[in-house]
Amino acid sequence: MAISREHILALLAQNLENRGSVMPVRQKLLTRWADGLGLPKGGKTILYTGHMYQIMPFIRAMAAKNKKMDGSWLEKYAGFATVVNRIVNIVNLLSMGASSDDIQFYNDILRNIVTILGRHGIKPGYLYEDELYAGALAYDLGLDSVFERHARAVHDLLRRCGAELIITVDPHTTQMFRLVYPEVLDNFDIKVKSYLEVLAGSEREIKGEEPERSIVVHDSCVYSRYLDMVDEPRRLLAGKGFKIVEPLFSGRLTHCCGGPVESLFPEKAREIAEKRLESLPEGTKDVATMCPICLFNLKEAAEERVHTADIASYLL
Amino acid sequence: MIRVNGEFRQRARLDKNFNAGQCFNCGTCTALCPVGMAILPRQLFRYVLLGAEEKIVEYSDSIYSCLLCRMCEENCPEGVLIAENIRALRRYLVEDVYHI
Repeated sequence: MAISREHILALLAQNLENRGSVMPVRQKLLTRWADGLGLPKGGKTILYTGHMYQIMPFIRAMAAKNKKMDGSWLEKYAGFATVVNRIVNIVNLLSMGASSDDIQFYNDILRNIVTILGRHGIKPGYLYEDELYAGALAYDLGLDSVFERHARAVHDLLRRCGAELIITVDPHTTQMFRLVYPEVLDNFDIKVKSYLEVLAGSEREIKGEEPERSIVVHDSCVYSRYLDMVDEPRRLLAGKGFKIVEPLFSGRLTHCCGGPVESLFPEKAREIAEKRLESLPEGTKDVATMCPICLFNLKEAAEERVHTADIASYLL
Repeated sequence: MIRVNGEFRQRARLDKNFNAGQCFNCGTCTALCPVGMAILPRQLFRYVLLGAEEKIVEYSDSIYSCLLCRMCEENCPEGVLIAENIRALRRYLVEDVYHI
């Protein structure tokens, strides 16, 4: 018998409350991407990953297990998990088997972002093992009480390390810090910029040699409709020499990738990703995403039909 | 038969940002929704405004299948905060129905 949604939500709330993330994978795996980059710990300007790119390989590993079991992995395990999870980190167990290629793939995106920022003379700090998930999924699912407690902990952390500017790498963390934290917390006045905004505002232009290579831009719903960020990625890609192709739904009218319902309705998520792929112009070869959830969902649905990659890979 | 509860909105603390009363039932949200929700946002909001609490629980799958992508909101002629309204209903389900 399928486990009820309340167990799923309880598990996610429990993880955020007790382990600092809805998807608590081992700390070492969250910070490994920064090995050898020499990023200083902390500082006034910090790069904040919010763990979003790093957790994707583990979500994929769980999704693969789920596929074999014909139903949401969370649904299958949640009732049992809420009891056991108090002692044993169930997510760690379920996400075992994440491929090292996947881990490398998502870690490389973060490394690319640091490299590109470095070329613009921007060398941010990083919080390493102190960094916390920003809480986006809990907020979206209506787990407001646990989200607010977590947001206060994140704010305390940022204050303690003296952060004045947070450079984010994904739309969901950007939305949390720029729109949600100021609403639910007192005195959240830390500046928040996506690295794409930082690069687009930089005096040094991104220049490249990609003459006439066409690229289809898949906008993130959160960047375009919550944060009004549509021009920046296009300016950066055009500067690099790409010819930008707009799909049927783009900019503020972008079509969702389906990812937001992956945890509760994986089949529905796949169906929506398929619809998005069908709406791409005929002959599309390269698609640029700017959100790890979009990248994950479209890549899974597209398989080998189109080459889907994060915008940072194109801007490198 | 639908049982209505006149105090539902107050009890569910939906007053702050819940502006579904502005919806004039045009259906733009429905036409644009990538999910194809089993119950249309406008119908769902009518139930809330009526205080049909049982219907909100009955349609919790739809409430949780919303992507919060704001495609509907972007095109809503009345400026209804559809995604935030849906999120508020989730908060109600979490706190008052699931007791998490």
